[in-house]
Amino acid sequence: MIDAPKRTPLYDLHVELGGKMVDFAGWEMPVQYPMGIMGEHNHTRTKAGLFDVSHMGQVILRGDGAAEKLESLVPAALTALKEGKARYTFFTNDDGGIMDDLIVANGGDHLFVVVNASMRHQDIPHMAKHLDGIEVTEIFDRALVAVQGPSAENVVGDLCPAARELKFMETTVAEIKGVECRISRLGYTGEDGFEISIPEDKAVEICRAFLAHADCEPVGLGARDSLRLESGLCLYGNDIDNSTSPVEASLTWAMQKRRREDGGFPGAERIQRDLAEGTAKKLVGIKPTGRAPARAGVEVQDLDGNSIGTITSGGFGPTVGAPVAMGYVTTAHSKPGQKINLLIRGKAQPAEITALPFVTQNYKR
Amino acid sequence: MTTYYSEEHEWLTVEGETATVGITQHAADQLGEIVFVEQKEVGDDFEKGDDIGVIESVKAASEIYAAVDGEVIEANGALEDNPGALNDAPEGDAWIYKIKLTNTDQLSELMDLDGYKSFIG
Repeated sequence: MIDAPKRTPLYDLHVELGGKMVDFAGWEMPVQYPMGIMGEHNHTRTKAGLFDVSHMGQVILRGDGAAEKLESLVPAALTALKEGKARYTFFTNDDGGIMDDLIVANGGDHLFVVVNASMRHQDIPHMAKHLDGIEVTEIFDRALVAVQGPSAENVVGDLCPAARELKFMETTVAEIKGVECRISRLGYTGEDGFEISIPEDKAVEICRAFLAHADCEPVGLGARDSLRLESGLCLYGNDIDNSTSPVEASLTWAMQKRRREDGGFPGAERIQRDLAEGTAKKLVGIKPTGRAPARAGVEVQDLDGNSIGTITSGGFGPTVGAPVAMGYVTTAHSKPGQKINLLIRGKAQPAEITALPFVTQNYKR
Repeated sequence: MTTYYSEEHEWLTVEGETATVGITQHAADQLGEIVFVEQKEVGDDFEKGDDIGVIESVKAASEIYAAVDGEVIEANGALEDNPGALNDAPEGDAWIYKIKLTNTDQLSELMDLDGYKSFIG
């Protein structure tokens, strides 16, 4: 792509706050602010972090039977999704692989969908092509920000009392400083928090109001990645992709019973077979015993030196205080407690399979 | 005692045939919070340009490149338990190696402090 990187409505604010801007999926985004990745990570776990996620694709689906039609592309039960509720799901391909993961919210007279920045160009035409009779509208004039952490309820609730009433995976439309916003109680850090869709011309003003709260600091993509990794949440393109089935990726929980049994989504045959017969490999948590971080691409070996898998996400977990990783290993080696080796720079380093998440999720249910 | 600087952001403080080696504050700031240092062992020899260790920050892994030919005579063991010292005092207590220089002529190819300051701008 030779296009110049795009900027979100919050670009100038990031620069003013000292954000170190990097190209991410064609967007100029802050990887960190002066506080630093570790400080921002810890601040989010103990107080609240403000994240710009405006690079993600916001889409409105409108038309009769939108939920039923979208079910033909994803394995989640969406006709059962009540107004004001949101659900995590993924587009599957004909081979049962994952094309992207997304959030679908029932906005009453429409569905509100959020997809990954790197996959907008694929997902929107995909929906437009297959959702016959449904108006698929990509939103370009709204920012999307996340406020995450144990203080998020106060940071957002002080400006918007309606936000306090939401539980995890609930969504509503309410005013913040007189501006109508869509507020959803969810996120991708493992902490309580909100994602808020704001008209672009009011985004800076509302973000400044969040940041005026003593507990709220801006947080960049660096800490966003370590937060989601510690919380065992998959990163599309790393931990899940076109070749991985949701069963391999330990995402069976996101496929409700009716959909698992009845199918009716792309690749259902393979996914149902994976469910019935099990899979050869599985996504697991991996905890290096030593201090060396194991990053994506590192080979996983059994204690005899046979290759049994690959790390797909890895780094230092500030809350854990040690390296953490996720990756695929053969199912025979996937039980928590299993000793393994990681081939880091040619040397076998000891590690152990561990249950995910590394840090207990702290959602307001 | 003279201190030299390399374009790979390392410093060498030379006393006779030996030198103490580390990374500059500028390098440490660029790397971000350092969480792990992998070092060579005492007795390992190396040539200029060889990869003689790895520094892992919260962001990424970065190699340490030898600025001159030499041999490791001491590795700073304190970095194993406290890699973060490299952010706090990279040009002081958080040195990485003491080395024996095997080709002192190479020192003339390195920069002095003023040269390094203008190099990093």
